[in-house]
Amino acid sequence: MLGDITIGQYYPAKSVVHRIDPRVKILLMLALIVIAFVAQSVPAALLVTVATFVSIIMTRVPLRMYFKNLKAIWFLVLLTSVLNMFYFKGQVLWQWGPLSVTYEGIRQSCFVAQRLVCLILLSSALTFTATPTELTGAIESLLSPLKIFGVKVHELAMLMTIALRFVPTLLEESEKIMSAQKARGADLESGGLLARVKALIPILVPLIVSAFRRAYDLALAMECRCYTDGKGRTRLNEMKLRFRDFAALLVVAAVCVGVVMLNRTAWQDVLADIMAFDYLSLVPEALIPKA
Amino acid sequence: MAVIETRGLSLTYGKGSPMEIHALKNCNITVEAGELLCVIGHTGSGKSTLAQLLNGLIKPTEGTVLLDGEDIFANKKRLREVRFAVGLVFQYPEHQLFEETVYKDIAFGAKNKGLQGDELDSAVRRAAEFAGLRQELLDKSPFELSGGEKRRAAIAGVMAMEPRVLILDEPTAGLDPRGREQMIDRIMHYRDKTGCSVVLVSHTMEDVARCADRVLVLEKGEVARLAPTQAVFADAEALERMGLRVPQITSVFLELKRLGYDVSTAVHTPQQGYNEIMRILGKGGGM
Repeated sequence: MLGDITIGQYYPAKSVVHRIDPRVKILLMLALIVIAFVAQSVPAALLVTVATFVSIIMTRVPLRMYFKNLKAIWFLVLLTSVLNMFYFKGQVLWQWGPLSVTYEGIRQSCFVAQRLVCLILLSSALTFTATPTELTGAIESLLSPLKIFGVKVHELAMLMTIALRFVPTLLEESEKIMSAQKARGADLESGGLLARVKALIPILVPLIVSAFRRAYDLALAMECRCYTDGKGRTRLNEMKLRFRDFAALLVVAAVCVGVVMLNRTAWQDVLADIMAFDYLSLVPEALIPKA
Repeated sequence: MAVIETRGLSLTYGKGSPMEIHALKNCNITVEAGELLCVIGHTGSGKSTLAQLLNGLIKPTEGTVLLDGEDIFANKKRLREVRFAVGLVFQYPEHQLFEETVYKDIAFGAKNKGLQGDELDSAVRRAAEFAGLRQELLDKSPFELSGGEKRRAAIAGVMAMEPRVLILDEPTAGLDPRGREQMIDRIMHYRDKTGCSVVLVSHTMEDVARCADRVLVLEKGEVARLAPTQAVFADAEALERMGLRVPQITSVFLELKRLGYDVSTAVHTPQQGYNEIMRILGKGGGM
């Protein structure tokens, strides 16, 4: 039951996507997600969708793994796209009281669904093809410029690594505790809301106690190994950009440019809006010198 | 008479996928009334899986478990009653404690079973005594106890449900030799006093030799042997092939035999070893 959650689950396979530098992979995923939300025209959206599907097929992770992740959020996709259907004014196709479905609404809800699906597929592709260690290493490296402002980047990355590392451990632990309490006749499935919340106490208390115990053990183990902080630490696997990383960057850049081009009318609208805006209206009247 | 009987019990994880694992394969065993049955086997041989199948915590993919001749999986509503009849103490049971006081924690299972008032109180106190918990500990928080005391409190929590079969999954794991010996003593005492069947999963052959009536040997999810303790330990070679070993004292006597001494190798406890050596020295057995 709890084991079905696959967020942050690495799927070992031999693919080009797996071998791409994790830093580049994060940037590419972010770029594709942003571009998915930027796409405003049908051809642009199609291009993003095709790019998304090509990349998930290139990961060589079985498609059913992706659909498992999609299944977890299909309700959210349905809800947002249905809501969007009613929120747009325009050419009315169907009306019932205050509710009206417009051509623009349907178009918009399709876009929303497509964007959410791309978002989930792309982020799944990232977590399937990069181990948690790779991801945190990449985030540490990407955020390292923030060190100038005193942000403790290494500590943040370590925090993330530990949190990710303990997700499966705690899931396993909670399953074990649930079984142990069931063996003592705990009833987790029946009763009203209050009874069910109360039934969680025998699960939650031991779980929290064990989380603290693990945290103390881990802190002790780290201290025994003289762990201090980010200064002077080296990596076993140095991240190095290779030809394939630049190639991937180029391909994604091409997709981004393509989307912007296909989108041009929409961009021009935005630009026109920006140009046409009456900036003077933002300035308080008192500040404007009287002519 | 058999209290528990399994018929063709099998459990396969991830059935149909390439990662299919047979945790248990066609397992036919019995637990007789009042006996102390020890389950031994290498890591991953299916010992813990079997323990959880016997009280219906997991469902078998094939076969079934009979409690007093009745299929425990036939009626879903009865499964909860089965868990009171077949009490299961998990590995490291001290991690399940949660109540404010030790007393309340021990009472948790018995209360779920429906015991009330004096009946509940006497069940809790009896269980605490069986587990070897001093009365004054009952009002403490379970988190103030020492590691060994916590484990005894958790075991008492299952004993308080007054099950007819008590299953313990490695109750001596992580205890020092003295703690282990005391734990086995308490379990034997509990069996003698209540007459309940006890199923003990263990890694320590010395413990098994000391307390078991019969031994079930599991290998890769299959029943390799189910026989009286003497018979199982008589075949040292077979045990070693399965990555197990005989009790240390038995190894000593096997080696003595190999060196040409005329000793019996049916020696499984230090006491038996003492008697055998005294016999050889011609000074008569016994102490």
